[in-house]
Amino acid sequence: MNRLLLVFLAFALSACSANWGWYVVNPQTKAGWTNLTFLLSGLKYTVLLSLTAILISIALGLLVALPGLSTRPWLRRASRIYVELIRAVPILVMILWVYYGLPQLTGLTIGVFWAGVIALALSDSAFEAEIFRAGIQSIARGQYEAAYSVSLNYIDTMRYVILPQAIRRILPALGNQLAYMLKMSSLVSVIGMQELTRKANELVVTEYRPLEIYTVLVLEYLVLILIVSGGVRWLERRMQTDERS
Amino acid sequence: MSEKERTAIIRFRDVSKFYGDFQVLKSVDFEAMSGERIVVCGPSGSGKSTLIRCINGLESYEQGEITVDGQRLGKDAAALRKVRNQVGMVFQQFNLFPHLTVLENLTLGPIRARKMSTGEARDIAMRYLERVRIPEQADKYPRQLSGGQQQRVAIARSLCMEPRIMLFDEPTSALDPEMITEVLDVMVELAGTGMTMIVVTHEMGFARKVADRMVFMDHGEIVETAAPGEFFTAPKSQRCRDFLDKILNH
Repeated sequence: MNRLLLVFLAFALSACSANWGWYVVNPQTKAGWTNLTFLLSGLKYTVLLSLTAILISIALGLLVALPGLSTRPWLRRASRIYVELIRAVPILVMILWVYYGLPQLTGLTIGVFWAGVIALALSDSAFEAEIFRAGIQSIARGQYEAAYSVSLNYIDTMRYVILPQAIRRILPALGNQLAYMLKMSSLVSVIGMQELTRKANELVVTEYRPLEIYTVLVLEYLVLILIVSGGVRWLERRMQTDERS
Repeated sequence: MSEKERTAIIRFRDVSKFYGDFQVLKSVDFEAMSGERIVVCGPSGSGKSTLIRCINGLESYEQGEITVDGQRLGKDAAALRKVRNQVGMVFQQFNLFPHLTVLENLTLGPIRARKMSTGEARDIAMRYLERVRIPEQADKYPRQLSGGQQQRVAIARSLCMEPRIMLFDEPTSALDPEMITEVLDVMVELAGTGMTMIVVTHEMGFARKVADRMVFMDHGEIVETAAPGEFFTAPKSQRCRDFLDKILNH
């Protein structure tokens, strides 16, 4: 994966003599360095926004998935309706609706950051719910029966027996969702969130070098997502050795 | 009769259960006395597993009444919890928790359901692991053990809840032949302690050795119930004779 990055960089740099104007982000010049730090200053918001949103959406997804697996039909239906409804809303529309619509509906003003978090978390929660549902359903019936037969109640059965096994199985899917979330967070730039994409847009307006600046933006997301997939792989390996040692 | 009433720990009265149109249990009447060891046998699909799974509420029933240790099994969640505290179960497929060590498998119930401290639960777990003769495996994960060892862990896991009744649902059917004995030995030993045991099995040698009473089921009915001596030498019904011929004559 590091090689891929180098190839990409080499390709980009080799073309610079003709059409590229890398000077805008050349760290050796003062102006270039200023531009580069300006672009990178969005990083903390992108990361913070994505992480907050993914944590909320995982919790929300689990809360939606559990009634979806209930024996009571009305609980299953409620969960189904939530998933279908949320899944039908495009993320950009959700962001606009939460930021401009929700304050009118509730009378509360929401900052850009929290509007972004709420919108992304809501959008993603439907997918998290489906992931949890599949993961929990993949655990054999006998595990519940064994837990009940040693007198565990439903909550303890879920907490100590079913979810620990289900989460191991859905870890790669959860990692995917985090990568997806990092990318989707770029949409929050439309309501003025000062994250990576917004910074790039602002710089393009003043410098007028969209090719170079957006290429840096692409690389920023690429690095973030490679870190996420590396992290998930590490976690998976660790959980496996846990069980084998 | 009145003495019998007093000591019956499990009682089925006219119990019926359906899967859609298919009737799995047909008006079953059944009683087990405290300390009694009962072996249930019969062809597959006869309802014997369903019968014992009703005893700890893993299966519901539509008609009749089941009481276990004075608690009526029905919609009442508190009664169900009380029953499950008294009833241990061993499954055909062991159903150990694969993500937990042997010791954690054993202590989970005592800690969460019996509210024991970790130390107390550990002591109990080690005591029962010694009883099933595998204390040295305490820190391993289930997948590192043989089938016979896993089933013995499962027995110990149930015993850690210190139940009054133990249910065994074909405990040796998923085992390689050479591992069956080690599991049966543990069960024979347990029978010697006066535990109430209901065992679904085709191990007739085991049945002869420990059963106080044999129950033969077919098509959701209890066809015959008798002491093992009588059951094996002079079965009354044709269905039971046919079944015994099939499983004993080879």
